[in-house]
Amino acid sequence: MGNSASGKRGIGRYIPVYVVLLVLSGLQVFLAYARLDRNRLLASMLAVAIFSAALAIMYFMHMAQERRSFFWSLIPATIFVLLMMNMIWSDSFRLLHMRPF
Amino acid sequence: MSESNQSMALGHSAAMEPSPYAIPSRKLAMWLFIISDACTFGALLFAYGYLRTASPDWPTPFKFFPSILNVVIMTVVLITSSLTMLGAVDTSKSGEKSKTLRWLGSTMALGTIFAILHIREWAGLIHEGVRLFENPWGSSLFGASFFSITGLHLLHVISGVIAMAVIARGYSRGSLSAGHVESTALYWHFVDIVWMFVVPLVYLMSIARP
Repeated sequence: MGNSASGKRGIGRYIPVYVVLLVLSGLQVFLAYARLDRNRLLASMLAVAIFSAALAIMYFMHMAQERRSFFWSLIPATIFVLLMMNMIWSDSFRLLHMRPF
Repeated sequence: MSESNQSMALGHSAAMEPSPYAIPSRKLAMWLFIISDACTFGALLFAYGYLRTASPDWPTPFKFFPSILNVVIMTVVLITSSLTMLGAVDTSKSGEKSKTLRWLGSTMALGTIFAILHIREWAGLIHEGVRLFENPWGSSLFGASFFSITGLHLLHVISGVIAMAVIARGYSRGSLSAGHVESTALYWHFVDIVWMFVVPLVYLMSIARP
């Protein structure tokens, strides 16, 4: 990460990231038809989606060129909030098995 | 020149603290909006996962043709529109007005194609009998959750296309700057990122197996 935007212009420098994002999207479709068990499929899909999102944030949204303090102020707090939303899962399994607690 | 006159000559900026992250306020505001919107989509996707886990008869209606193929085309269109948006940001920073407008026009066209494909996908499901609170296959909550998540995303895409049209008009007239193009681009890339999660969780986890 640096403090200034890159002086190099043109969308050519984004093509590798663009190609990787397309390949990762294709990989997700491949995984969907690979007959993995549901938990492994979900984990694989999420891993690919998170990696794709990280690439888009760092290079398309230029987070890699912003100050480190900006990255550390925004991203960990957002991830923390999203992780805290995971507390609902035990309840969803309870409903599935019709257990009161 | 006195201190107050100097301050007036420089505008309010002389009396204000510098930005903590060395970025324009407009860009910081857009990032904060994106963070809050990410939490909105996160909550919706978690709620979708909750309903799906708690429903033993969750439908898996998405066949490769037409649904998954349509989604693959939509994904390619949206990622390509992010690339053309980067072209608009780059050319606007170097002051190439006509090129910027061409890139913005390409991005708007791709966004419109995405919206049309999305509506076609919806029309296909509605034709098969999917409604907000009923469907022919299983849990009645499928329609409500599917239309809520994809509908909110579609609303973001349509809003983005309208925002780009407004920004392009202002930029061509000189009333808006390259900074406005960059802020709109941040929003557009975010819409792209949300789609990267919607596709696997909503569509690919629910493919119809022969």
